[in-house]
Amino acid sequence: MPALAREVAADNSTGRLVRPFTLTGGRTRPSRADFTLITTLTAVDPPPVRAPRPQPEQARILRRCAEPIAVAELAAHLDLPVSVVVIMLCDLLEAGLITAHPPHPVSPRSPDLDLLQKVRDSLGRL
Amino acid sequence: MAGSEPAATAVAPPDTVKILIAGGFGVGKTTMVGSVSEIVPLRTEESLTVAGLGIDDLDGIEKKRATTVALDFGRITISRELVLYLFGTPGQQRFWFMWNDLAIGALGAVVLIDVRRPESSFGAIDFFERRGIPFVVGVNGFHGEHPYPPEAIRDALALPEHVPVLLCDARERESCRDVLIALIDQLIAAAVEADRGGGDDGGGGLTRRGR
Repeated sequence: MPALAREVAADNSTGRLVRPFTLTGGRTRPSRADFTLITTLTAVDPPPVRAPRPQPEQARILRRCAEPIAVAELAAHLDLPVSVVVIMLCDLLEAGLITAHPPHPVSPRSPDLDLLQKVRDSLGRL
Repeated sequence: MAGSEPAATAVAPPDTVKILIAGGFGVGKTTMVGSVSEIVPLRTEESLTVAGLGIDDLDGIEKKRATTVALDFGRITISRELVLYLFGTPGQQRFWFMWNDLAIGALGAVVLIDVRRPESSFGAIDFFERRGIPFVVGVNGFHGEHPYPPEAIRDALALPEHVPVLLCDARERESCRDVLIALIDQLIAAAVEADRGGGDDGGGGLTRRGR
């Protein structure tokens, strides 16, 4: 039912809270928890030979991921709730169509001085 | 061998880090994000079912209904390998449970204060203090006016000495940048300290007060 996807894409904020989950086959939880707001996604190019043909909404995501993009940015551009996007990302990850790069690990117990210095220098140039 | 371990793309994905911009409702969080971000702040939404939550200021909200929490965020590219994201936390009290998720993996936070109603940011200060997340306080002077010196604000908020208090203007890029730099300087000082301390005996943790 491509009509559904189109309806969601063209949606003008009415009834938004329910319909996005039609894109996830009614699932409201991701199958894995790999995705934070700042996990970076990249479409695998070329896609694996045996990968299933992406649905229209998935194809939209893949186009956005041609260059690395963070989950939060992707959701904002797609105008979909993060939780919905993450469920779709799980499918794409499992199909081998995207790779997910986790955020830089931040541990208060072992701070990364080198990283902090880079951030400091960059802010100084702002 | 074809098809095994695809080389993702030519562009290696950057490492990402984040800083939270917190504070009460309408205190200037999104303004601050916009002042330093290299992109127009983006908004992402999370739809949630809010079931009462036992909070009393649900003015006009039914007992249980779906609602939307908006997060505004911006981006500062540090280098090709590193990108910093700034997330404005949802300002309304009843969405604080979302902060827990947001706070995980954050370098630290800026708590913005509106001098006209500082109490709206008390909760944010408590949140970061309790979780030992490093933060600085930015006093957003509306129309650039600052009726109180930083020390008066520190006293009023009962902030420990290691928490920097800066007067700022959320509309000004340089001003917001300086607040962020104060946070990073605090983190660097703590990192150097931890390095020197070596034997980690708890080391008086960065944002802990004696209980």
